[in-house]
Amino acid sequence: MIKIEHLYKEFQHAEVLKDISVEFQEKKTNMIIGQSGSGKTVLLKCIIGLLDIDQGRILYDDIVFNQLNFKKKKEIRKNIGMVFQGGALFDSETVEQNVKFPLDMFTNMTEDEKHRRVNECLERVNIHNVNSLYPAEISGGMQKRVAIARAIALNPKYLFFDEPISGLDPKTAIRIDRLIGELTKDIETTTIINTHDMNSVMEIGDKVIFLYNGEKWWEGSREEILHSDNPELNDFVFATNLAKTVRDLRKSGHT
Amino acid sequence: MTKPFRELFSHIGRYMILMGRVFAPPEKKRMYYRQTIKEIEFLGINSMGIVAIISVFIGAVITIQTAYNTESPLYPSYLLGLAVRDILLLEFSSTIVALILSGKIGSNIASELGTMRVTEQIDALEIMGVNSASYLIMPKIVAAVFFLPFLTIMSIFIGLFGGWLGGVATGVVSSHDYIYGIQYAFIPYYVTYTLIKAAIFGFIITSVSSYRGYYAYGGALQVGKNSTRAVVESSIIVLIFNYVLTQLLLT
Repeated sequence: MIKIEHLYKEFQHAEVLKDISVEFQEKKTNMIIGQSGSGKTVLLKCIIGLLDIDQGRILYDDIVFNQLNFKKKKEIRKNIGMVFQGGALFDSETVEQNVKFPLDMFTNMTEDEKHRRVNECLERVNIHNVNSLYPAEISGGMQKRVAIARAIALNPKYLFFDEPISGLDPKTAIRIDRLIGELTKDIETTTIINTHDMNSVMEIGDKVIFLYNGEKWWEGSREEILHSDNPELNDFVFATNLAKTVRDLRKSGHT
Repeated sequence: MTKPFRELFSHIGRYMILMGRVFAPPEKKRMYYRQTIKEIEFLGINSMGIVAIISVFIGAVITIQTAYNTESPLYPSYLLGLAVRDILLLEFSSTIVALILSGKIGSNIASELGTMRVTEQIDALEIMGVNSASYLIMPKIVAAVFFLPFLTIMSIFIGLFGGWLGGVATGVVSSHDYIYGIQYAFIPYYVTYTLIKAAIFGFIITSVSSYRGYYAYGGALQVGKNSTRAVVESSIIVLIFNYVLTQLLLT
């Protein structure tokens, strides 16, 4: 279970995150939403320890993560899989080597076992016959899926995604969303996703946290979003004409 | 304290902290060994061509320059071989090779690590629980420290050959005199001296360039700037250490 208590973070005297307290739902898909600049990425980087926090506590199963030293943090990080916005695949390694990397580093599997596990992970994300290609030789959507395959190679307890569908076409985006939802159920991970895409939220979000100007402004389920009377949340959720029309139709009794 | 000094000490402090992380015990020795072999190929073997070309011309130019500047019946012509040998051994092969490599591999390392930083590949390593500084930088340092002395020795031999070729082709020295000269009054300690210098220069080039690349931020522009800084700073530090080491080892 991941829990945040009274988290504060500032950059050069500008407060970016203010008094954030959240308890993420275990083995569910948790979505952090908000406008660009609302502090979503900073919050995610604080949770995984890429940024130090100024005040507060980050707890992984009641262990105060932000007070651990580098060596102990490393132990917790072995349970974390992370998919970065751009995929962050190693350019100089092939797809197979990328997915195999955590297995090489942290297991004593034989080469055959590793090869089998790599193929399992790649099949799980619906990728075939690209093992020997380099990241630059595959499409953006495939890169994201390879990054997911690498993140799940060690069956992590926690999965983090930073804007997993940014830059993808709507069809590929839905596929990635569904894949994340399925993985969360199948390997029983606690998934935390940073996004500003409402389609993703409505597709797979079990718990939603809305950040506004660095503060936690709202939290609830995806169903509750539609009925919320929080003006800032409504402004964000129903920003497009399409979303506004859908909301008005629902209000007027259409389904 | 003035701002430039504050910045200098801040960089030295961060560099020291980075080196502390670089030389932490590796997670899996086999992976580090594999990376080191890759880096030896990338940083060392791929530099052999440029070192060979430069060395042959340096040797030839030293022979011709020395011949024209010491044109006197009082100087025996075998002194040309001796001069080429000692200049290459004491200075040119270690320092010039280091300066050339700080341009070639220094910019390469800084841009590679800088790109990895801005594309979050380094963050990805950290999240996996890998000590990214150690995994990425230690193999480069080890490869350079082991391979730069080898390149220096190679440069000395090719430089001597270049000197012979330049001297004989222009007729300033006979083959016999040149070969006699390179064997005359040979001091074996000079080899030790040049190898020590080469190993230390290898450490400086890779560690300074890695520091610049590892702490790059922003985008492509910043990576480019850091890559240029890596070359300039590692060259200057090589020259400073050249002076210090000469004082320490030859006096």
